Amino acid sequence: MAVELTLGAAILVALVLYALSGGADYGGGMWDLLALGPRAQRQREAIEHAIGPIWEANHVWLILVIVVLFTGFPTAFAVIMTALHIPMTAILVGIVLRGSAFVFRRYDVRDDAVHRRWSTLFGAASFFTPFLLGLCLGALASGEIRVAGGRVSSGFLAGWTGPFAVACGLFAQGLFAFLAATYLTVDTEGEPDLQEDFRKRALASGLFLAPVAALTFLLARPWAPQIFARLTSWWAPLLLAVTSVCAVGALAALWARRFQWARVAAVGQVTCILVGWGLAQYPHVVAPDLTLTNTATVPSTLYALRSALAVGAVVLFPAFSYLLYVFKRRQTLPPKRGASV
Amino acid sequence: MTDFFFARSQMALSLAFHIVFAAIGIGMPLLMAIAEGLYLRRGEAIYLDLAKRWARGTAILFAVGAVSGTVLSFELGLLWPRFMEYAGGIIGMPFSLEGFAFFTEAIFLGIYLYGWDRTPPLMHWISGIIVAGSGMLSGVFVVTVNAWMNAPTGFEVTDGRVTSIDPIAAMLNPASLQQAIHMTLAAYVATGFIVAAVHAFFLLRDRRNVFHRRAFGIALAVAAVGIPFQIVSGDMIARMVAERQPAKFAAMEGHYRTQRGAPLTIGGLPDDAAMTTRYALRIPRGLSLLAHGDPTAPVRGLEDIPRDEWPNTRIVHWAFDLMVGAGFAMLGLAAWGAWLWWRRGLPDDPRFLRALVVAGPLGLIAIEAGWFVTEVGRQPWIIYGVMRTADAVTPMSGLVVPFVTFTAVYVFLSVILVYVLRRQFLETHPNAPGRSGAAPGASRGG
Repeated sequence: MAVELTLGAAILVALVLYALSGGADYGGGMWDLLALGPRAQRQREAIEHAIGPIWEANHVWLILVIVVLFTGFPTAFAVIMTALHIPMTAILVGIVLRGSAFVFRRYDVRDDAVHRRWSTLFGAASFFTPFLLGLCLGALASGEIRVAGGRVSSGFLAGWTGPFAVACGLFAQGLFAFLAATYLTVDTEGEPDLQEDFRKRALASGLFLAPVAALTFLLARPWAPQIFARLTSWWAPLLLAVTSVCAVGALAALWARRFQWARVAAVGQVTCILVGWGLAQYPHVVAPDLTLTNTATVPSTLYALRSALAVGAVVLFPAFSYLLYVFKRRQTLPPKRGASV
Repeated sequence: MTDFFFARSQMALSLAFHIVFAAIGIGMPLLMAIAEGLYLRRGEAIYLDLAKRWARGTAILFAVGAVSGTVLSFELGLLWPRFMEYAGGIIGMPFSLEGFAFFTEAIFLGIYLYGWDRTPPLMHWISGIIVAGSGMLSGVFVVTVNAWMNAPTGFEVTDGRVTSIDPIAAMLNPASLQQAIHMTLAAYVATGFIVAAVHAFFLLRDRRNVFHRRAFGIALAVAAVGIPFQIVSGDMIARMVAERQPAKFAAMEGHYRTQRGAPLTIGGLPDDAAMTTRYALRIPRGLSLLAHGDPTAPVRGLEDIPRDEWPNTRIVHWAFDLMVGAGFAMLGLAAWGAWLWWRRGLPDDPRFLRALVVAGPLGLIAIEAGWFVTEVGRQPWIIYGVMRTADAVTPMSGLVVPFVTFTAVYVFLSVILVYVLRRQFLETHPNAPGRSGAAPGASRGG
């Protein structure tokens, strides 16, 4: 069991890192679309400046989740991609349009009308893709995707069309929007007006998150019963407490304009939520039929994969740290582009 | 038309779209690293300007390559779940390694594109080298997966179930080395030719433009050095296919009848019913010589292969001839260019420049044709001799919908890309009136 568990944990870690990095990039796209007020243009510039150098690297966490899943747990991958064919395909369309719109906007010749069109596409794709990602995670937890004789027996609509999955989708959207706005309060250090804009957005999305979280929790009882039952384990109250402290702490820090602290608390909050989901899901990959054990491939591959992940981590973390060091060590927003406001 | 047809079409479309960006994503960092290296060595600012200008185009193409590559990693499961269920444990390993190589590439590309003012010059150049190296490596890893589909090794099957796996042996299968070399060279040659063509186009307007002369020189040098090696690699890979995949080889060559001293068949119309390739140019004993190095050696024809294991002979034969034809056309151009260069320095003869502008896409055409040869030539198998493509497809119905959707998205993106890149070339062209202030834009906002 040990090596399957290690790989399952690696997938969860990659997923958490994807939410913290790539998720915030989606949130940035949402705020780009919702840019309002006298500083709308400046908000967009700050968002672009914040995510430009890092979004492609952030995106690779998702690819890592996929490849580790299909290498280590090929049966689970086949079932997930079959049962969730429709939302997964829509996610792909979102990923393609969002990435392309972002680079076209950044590198195409500056022209207001064209610029706005790319902004709209970038923002719209940033809105619906996280919703679908949440939908898919919710579907895995719902217990409605059934497998008989190694084949999906519950059709192509099970799980992701239920109310619990929809709540998870909304939750993911809210979480990413909150995360992005909180990061941006730190990224806009030195421009108080702009910082205040993002502070308000962070507070608003943080408050929006509370009822959505409660709704997701309540819907889990009838619509994801097995997962809900796991939430009565010994660790559940502890984790819930830590999550709540982080959530309240993030809001309080935003209120008090302690933005660095708010960022730390928001990271803690998102991490706790996903880890909680992972623990509640464990040992299932797709509840209730597929577990880490019964979908794992032969041990020789699992051990080789574990070694590859270890070597990869040794390469990756210094490289990532250097990236963040280069771009996040001192916040200097680009000069205003002025004319186009 | 069946769901199976649409699944294959969607996969083919996704690969054909992605491969262009993947190849340029491997080739461009090499060109940029050469330009920036020359800047560091010679201190000529024009090389720095060149690296920055190339970086702008690369940023766009790389992003489209990254997202279209993501599509493929999902589509493996969305379209071919039975294949992934069977093969994931065997051949997922190089994909995981590719994930890390790609990670490294994306991280250092971010530093390269946005870090002109934030990193010391040497570190910036090293970042560029890391991008070029990890980009090449991720290409190699992905190609080993395809090689495994052609030469499946490293696993044992008992009662239809995979019981033991050696993931390293699967990755280092007999086709890996040859395919990896061929694809990597293809990426450099194709990028070199297309970039040289763009700058040749501007040189035709202004032959003394130093910027375009330098750019043209670097791109042409990479292309011209690469193409002879590519021809040799092509010969080696063809011999390997002759040995390991006789059906694919026979279809490539339009060769139906098993015979000694087989002729080389060029062009023509393969006719499966009549078991011959009509109207073709035939070089006596050529095929025996090329495949086995012996003009009298026997070469297996399609007649030895069960009829239900034939690939589509016309597509495979024509695509193969197109690839080889493009390869030799590029070799001829490279020889011409090398001769001019040796005699008079940078070959800026207008006839040569014009020929190069026309021939610019040949490398990319050869890549597309080559993938048609290897993929269509392997049919009806998805894993050669092990699993049929038809048995791997998803049970999902209505696959016409995602096929049409992705076709629309990719057509849309292609049109936009051509438009955006064209504007990049024209409007930030160093001599374009009134645009000089906006030129080195990669550093703007970074």
